Amino acid sequence: MKKYNVKTGISYPKIGAMGKTGTWRIFKPILDKNKCIKCLRCWVFCPESAIKRRNDSVEIDYDYCKGCGVCANVCPVKAIVMAKEER
Amino acid sequence: MAIKDFPIEEYVLPGNAACPGCPSTMGLRTVLKALGKKTILTIPACCTAVIQSWYPYTSFNVPTLNIAFEAAASAASGIAAALKKLGEEDINVVVWAGDGGTYDIGLQALSGAIERQTNFLYICYNNQIYSNTGIQRSGATPYAAWTTTTVKGKKEFRKDIGEIIIAHHVPYAATACVSYPEDLYNKVKKTMGIRGPKYIEILAPCPPGWRFSMDKTVEMGKLAVETGAWILYEYENGKLSFNGISKSIAEGKYKPKPVEDWLKLQGRFSHLFKPEKDIVRINAIKDHIRDTWEHYKKLASL
Repeated sequence: MKKYNVKTGISYPKIGAMGKTGTWRIFKPILDKNKCIKCLRCWVFCPESAIKRRNDSVEIDYDYCKGCGVCANVCPVKAIVMAKEER
Repeated sequence: MAIKDFPIEEYVLPGNAACPGCPSTMGLRTVLKALGKKTILTIPACCTAVIQSWYPYTSFNVPTLNIAFEAAASAASGIAAALKKLGEEDINVVVWAGDGGTYDIGLQALSGAIERQTNFLYICYNNQIYSNTGIQRSGATPYAAWTTTTVKGKKEFRKDIGEIIIAHHVPYAATACVSYPEDLYNKVKKTMGIRGPKYIEILAPCPPGWRFSMDKTVEMGKLAVETGAWILYEYENGKLSFNGISKSIAEGKYKPKPVEDWLKLQGRFSHLFKPEKDIVRINAIKDHIRDTWEHYKKLASL
């Protein structure tokens, strides 16, 4: 990462700037890859960028997923279900 | 552009400070995918100023200037002027402001920047409240909606900012909604080929502010469009045209859903349904939607 020599306060980009936001989660999205039709709607609507796109397939990043449930709600084939988080 | 063709790069990084189900990060992800990395964001006081997280880190992977509430458009004017001097006019200068910073506090700076023909894109993500300070009424709050400063429901109708912008004779103005990312993506892409001031307003249903469950953000935006409470349009070269479902509604091919379907899912309108249905105020909302549609249809036929 290039650092800039400026006198004002400057913040640099970082994944997890607020820490592991996955700890906020109460319900956890679980993806059934057999049901998935690869429409990528969960990826485009995820407010957290916590659904990673691997070519046409998707993966959920549980370190940062806040468990809002938008992905489960936009999935047209219900391949994502929300389950109570167990810690 | 289909969803599968959207760029894979993420400019809003995970692990940010947004609420779960936030429409602002949802919309900003799509907007930045369309704009690409050659973008400078200007953000006034709003939720997104907080979403970036704490110094010395930020969750946004594009250069971002945080500025005072009223100064977003004037700061962007300065950035655009500096880039012109440096000969780097291929960089997108973008303001991302909330409805408080657009409708109320930032309006004079926005009007001035448009009048000076600043080459920039101003995006207002409209969640219809001052959400960052804890849900106070703004000029964008709809009639009868609860906020912490309108506990019995707002008595006034919302300001029609789209028409104020159009009255400046901008080359491009449009409305969008986070629930239709393809439409939003195409509109942002289109602005990149236009010189001068461009304006896009995005409806952003806010779960804590509108009082609905955090997984319903997309559904709530969709219902706003399907009931006709939010109109998707594009104003280009002096011509107004409707898009998406709004186009079908205008042409009479789609019968709008009753507005109650949208209202009753939101806690901020719950006083309209219990203890008993407030028919007077619901009818006032319906009349206002009908009048707004008549007005916009007239504008589209000009």
